[in-house]
Amino acid sequence: MTDPSREPRALTLRVNGVDHSLAAEPCATLLDVLRDGLGLTGTKKGCDMGACGACTVLVDDRRINACLTLAAMQEGREIVTIEGLADGEDLHPMQQAFIAHDALQCGYCTPGQILSAVGLLAEGRAVDLAQVAEQMSGNLCRCGAHPNILAAIAEVAGLRA
Amino acid sequence: MRAFDYLRAQTEGEALAAAGQDGAAFIAGGTDLMPLWKAGVAAPGLLIDIGRLPLAEVTARDGGLVFGATARLADIADHPEVRRRHPAIAQAIEASASGQVRNMATLGGALLQRTRCVYFRSGITPCEKLEPGSGCAAVAGENRLHAIFGGGPSCVATHASDLAVALVALDAQVRLRSLAGERVLPLTALYLPAGESPARETVLVPGEMIVAVEVPDAGGRSLYLKIRDRASFEFAVVSVAVALEVADGRVQSVRLAAGGVGTMPWRLRASEAALTGAEAGEAVFRAAAGLAADGAQPLAHNGFKIELLKRTVLRALVQAGDQT
Ligand SMILES: Cc1cc2nc3c(=O)[nH]c(=O)nc-3n(C[C@H](O)[C@H](O)[C@H](O)COP(=O)(O)OP(=O)(O)OC[C@H]3O[C@@H](n4cnc5c(N)ncnc54)[C@H](O)[C@@H]3O)c2cc1C
Ligand code: FES
Ligand code: FES
Repeated sequence: MTDPSREPRALTLRVNGVDHSLAAEPCATLLDVLRDGLGLTGTKKGCDMGACGACTVLVDDRRINACLTLAAMQEGREIVTIEGLADGEDLHPMQQAFIAHDALQCGYCTPGQILSAVGLLAEGRAVDLAQVAEQMSGNLCRCGAHPNILAAIAEVAGLRA
Repeated sequence: MRAFDYLRAQTEGEALAAAGQDGAAFIAGGTDLMPLWKAGVAAPGLLIDIGRLPLAEVTARDGGLVFGATARLADIADHPEVRRRHPAIAQAIEASASGQVRNMATLGGALLQRTRCVYFRSGITPCEKLEPGSGCAAVAGENRLHAIFGGGPSCVATHASDLAVALVALDAQVRLRSLAGERVLPLTALYLPAGESPARETVLVPGEMIVAVEVPDAGGRSLYLKIRDRASFEFAVVSVAVALEVADGRVQSVRLAAGGVGTMPWRLRASEAALTGAEAGEAVFRAAAGLAADGAQPLAHNGFKIELLKRTVLRALVQAGDQT
């Protein structure tokens, strides 16, 4: 007997300004659909449990964990992934700052760190350095690049590091 | 992971009607349900998405605040009237989870989130919540983070929500709706003691939805103090919410609740009684804090919570006293 709920359903997701019509199981997470359905593998899967932040994307300008939401729940929303941050060949200022401050080693956490940083600025939460550190606690870095990550964000936020 | 069907509810009536089905569950932010589903601990057959229902408003009225059940935690904490009238609510939220999770998580989900007991979350039995009748692995196992209040041989899991602790201290009421109608309860009455059936954690009946939480205005000052194993992005080892009103040097009214210590958010009635009408000052605060752990039943690894709770209550009272 086939389980009807395993049947893929039609779904339209707006990612990086483009509408994508696809078919996905009702229980597919946004993270799995971005990576496996749309081939946007810049969004990383670390813990798949909300605990590491590697899967951070923006939805309607706010950062969320793509592993904790169903793709179906995000229909009609404006989703931004790391692939959509640059303006053509011009990197987003946060991407540039991460390079300038050497804010990574292996790079696995980096897309999530950058989206989280862009999100916290958009949410108006970069009040001071302590706040930035607190606000970035949902993004872990196994390589321990946190000091440089904070310096990069501080620069873009106009805070003294 | 069991597959489920998905329904995005367009109206509250549609959500309530669908919720009557066997195996149906609401999903709001998804931040607790998704990890539990992935761990095989939750196995819904149908998820009813209530995230787009018009239940996300925060309304400031004369006499109190009204929060829609799908209000996002970040939006509640950011609301100027929340910060002005009940700082404890904003502080409890800001000390919860991460920026990402606070942008997703809703009020209703925060109140109904399941315990962080590692046995339960890993799907390890014996666990009365997973398999009624099987017993509890934590009672004689790793129980450093477990309850000192309200537990028993069947279950010692703590309630995990910071926000619920603040709301219990502030005498919040929950508004519930189902196809059968509406009822309003004190938040404390939403939760069931672990007792005989730890799997049943609230009085919600199948198909019943939290639609709103109401918090009455109060004089004085409130605050939330959270002690955890790391500085951020961690659940409470012990937390305390206090709402304190002092007039002419005397405690006019005081409400205290603790997190990380009970099977549900725990009101500290003995400390409240010792404070009410007494002279506001460190000596009285210290004596009242000394009563905070009355009736505690520590386990092998969590006896330290008794002293930690007393000290956290004392610090919370002193800080609140300084602000009033
Ligand atoms: C990594 C991580 C760290 C966290 N840290 C903390 C922390 O430090 N402190 C803390 O307090 N919390 C913490 N949390 C828990 C978080 O607060 C909850 O996951 C969140 O509040 C749940 O809300 P939600 O809307 O996402 O719920 P969902 O996951 O959508 O739902 C949770 C449950 O509530 C039910 N439900 C939801 N809304 C309603 C409603 N209106 N009526 C009836 N039933 C409903 C659902 O059916 C489900 O059973 C953390 C979570 C994560 C993932
Ligand atoms: S993969 Fe989503 S938070 Fe770790
Ligand atoms: S750069 Fe390696 S995990 Fe952060």
